[in-house]
Amino acid sequence: MAQNHTIGGHGSHGGHGEHHGSLGEYVIGFILSIVLTVIPILAVVDDWFGKTATIAVLLITAALQFAVQLLFFMHLREEKGPRYNLVTLILGLIVVVVVVYGSIWIMDHNKMY
Amino acid sequence: MRGEASVIDQIKDFASWFFVSGDPLIYGADVAIALTTAAIIFVLSYFGKWGWLWREWLTTVDHKRVGIMYIIAALLMLFRGGVDALMMRTQLVFPDMKFLSPEHYNEVFTTHGVIMILFMAMPLMFGLFNIAVPLQLGARDVAFPFLNSLSFWLFFFGAMLFNMSFVIGGSPNGGWLSYPPLSELTGSPGVGEDFYIWGIQVSGIGSLMTGINFIVTIVKMRAPGMTWSRVPIFTWSVLSSCIAIIVAFPVLTVTLALLFLDRFLGAHFFTMDGGGNAMMYVNLIWMWGHPEVYIVVLPAFGIYSEVVATFSKKRLFGYGSMVFAMLSISIMAYFTWLHHFFTMGSGANVNIFFAISTMIIAIPTGVKIFNWLFTMFRGRISFTTPMMWTLAFIPCFVVGGMTGVMLSVAPADFQFHNSYFLIAHFHQVLIGGVAFGYFAGLYYWWPKMFGFKLNETIGKWAFWIWNIGFYVCFMPQYVVGLDGMTRRINSYGWDTGWWAMNFTSTIGGFLMGIGFLFQVWQIAHSIKFMEKDTTGDPWGARTLEWSIPSPAPLYNFATTPLVTDRDDWWEEKERIAAGKMPKEKPKLEPIHMPKNSPIPFIQSICWFTVGFGLVFHWLWIAIPGFVGIALTLLAHSFNYDTDYYIPVDEIRQTEAKAGRGV
Repeated sequence: MAQNHTIGGHGSHGGHGEHHGSLGEYVIGFILSIVLTVIPILAVVDDWFGKTATIAVLLITAALQFAVQLLFFMHLREEKGPRYNLVTLILGLIVVVVVVYGSIWIMDHNKMY
Repeated sequence: MRGEASVIDQIKDFASWFFVSGDPLIYGADVAIALTTAAIIFVLSYFGKWGWLWREWLTTVDHKRVGIMYIIAALLMLFRGGVDALMMRTQLVFPDMKFLSPEHYNEVFTTHGVIMILFMAMPLMFGLFNIAVPLQLGARDVAFPFLNSLSFWLFFFGAMLFNMSFVIGGSPNGGWLSYPPLSELTGSPGVGEDFYIWGIQVSGIGSLMTGINFIVTIVKMRAPGMTWSRVPIFTWSVLSSCIAIIVAFPVLTVTLALLFLDRFLGAHFFTMDGGGNAMMYVNLIWMWGHPEVYIVVLPAFGIYSEVVATFSKKRLFGYGSMVFAMLSISIMAYFTWLHHFFTMGSGANVNIFFAISTMIIAIPTGVKIFNWLFTMFRGRISFTTPMMWTLAFIPCFVVGGMTGVMLSVAPADFQFHNSYFLIAHFHQVLIGGVAFGYFAGLYYWWPKMFGFKLNETIGKWAFWIWNIGFYVCFMPQYVVGLDGMTRRINSYGWDTGWWAMNFTSTIGGFLMGIGFLFQVWQIAHSIKFMEKDTTGDPWGARTLEWSIPSPAPLYNFATTPLVTDRDDWWEEKERIAAGKMPKEKPKLEPIHMPKNSPIPFIQSICWFTVGFGLVFHWLWIAIPGFVGIALTLLAHSFNYDTDYYIPVDEIRQTEAKAGRGV
């Protein structure tokens, strides 16, 4: 709440040297995101599974990718003070559900094609 | 000899393809652009202002200057979008008019829509964010000043890229949302759609970053004591708008990226024959497009709230319900997008869900109207220009809201869909809600930006001409829409019986154009003749931005204000009037400030280059652009010399010059 002097671009890291993940965590996160990117690409390009299974794999890897980003790079677990992260996350999830489920629902009922 | 001739022929062929040709209107525009550019270069050189321009404006990270640049750019775009509108109205004034060819008409209505929403409303809104929000919060700048400057330049060069299309390559003509298959290569083989995609992509990145920037600013940079229940209402509206921005704009980016892949790499996201589905594009684009409507109108609601409270000399009625209404609108905006394509054929259940969610979102909006009315009730109202725009907004928005509810009734929408009734409705909410609000905000904060008020008399003339023009223009469109006239037609016959309504509508359109000219005159006249405002508080306003001199000094607040009330500055004035001691101010300390940087400007030129190269499929232009972006990112990452301190003596001198003892 207090006016912290976060002017100058990299201010949000300034002043309160809090824990922001170790090199190891970043490397693990990096490798996990690469793996989670390669799997769906190969699943589609090399046609590993049938149509339904491929869609399921895409959705699952996307969800895992989301979790990896939040945990390893966005430091979701390290919050002090007001719970902005949690509120943001809930809002984000609501929007994602609306966008993804809403689209599936709408397109499923679409009789025009 | 023959070789030479063929080279010349090749150049001629290239030029006639590269430059838009064959239309006298376009040649006129070419001449106008060349003359304006020459005039600007001449004036800057003659007065030796290039260095000043570079140091004070192009590289600035000061939120107030960024805001002013946004506003200037937005007003220029308002002019261009307005000229587009008048060209359309001229074409429709009589049946069988031969003013614009059908292709040209398509281009004009497409660019009118894109420019008014993305390159006029958005930057005008961001300009007002930049001017008012840090000052209302008692902050020295936004959270990320460098990013703020980058946002502006990305918007600016995105807009330039888009605008270029009408003299180079050809304008997009697929409607302002570029539905496939019209926007696919089969429907639009030219470069117009690519200009559309890249103009919006580049400026869209800027919009997203502004959204993030202002959320962080509002969450982290509030003055000490400014709890959430003391945050000024405009700042609340900005927060709710920015929440919508950060969720909506990624959807737009992805949608347009997919469309670009379709066009550039032959992907089939939206082409039926390749297994794609054009309906998915409609679904995705409205997932951005509907929240976008609320993104631009929420800050206008905030402005109305500030203006009503200030000029009624009363506290805003129902502050809590106002905040709740705005936040719930910004969330609910995500549940209504399908009402834009009720007729797409998704069935009754889907339509029912979105019809009801659309009707529900009208409730918080209605609450706000009552709050404004109750704020005025028994207030001491002064009829200044910002207040007049606010008063005009209320009936206008009520009518627009009610026709919106009519459109939200799905079965009725099958009748209204794509008719002029719809056109009249959304212009009523976008002009009556958004444009009126931004005008009110512009007049309201003008003294804070420049240190003088705009001329009220000319402003009132502009106000009345605009308003009369508005109703004359759009009321007939409801009628002619119910009579069966559809949107996007460039001509109609005498037998339709539509000409009287269209004729009236065109008169109204030109009246609004004259109203705009009055506003231009008002600004020019005021720059020349208006007296300087020495109080810093010419309206007798309520929030922190009015507690400092006008125009605000570089560092905004000499000492960080300590907030104890909702309308803190008003309460402070009341205390002083009651003979009590003013709040004690902390001792002056050196002020930490961000340094200017050329990187946002340079990087945005690189983005422009990338966009231009990809539009024409010229990788030899696009790749250096990408390299430039990477280099500027690197250069900024390793630049540690980003800030400095303003010494106490200098603060004291600046304040003394503004007539303030410290």
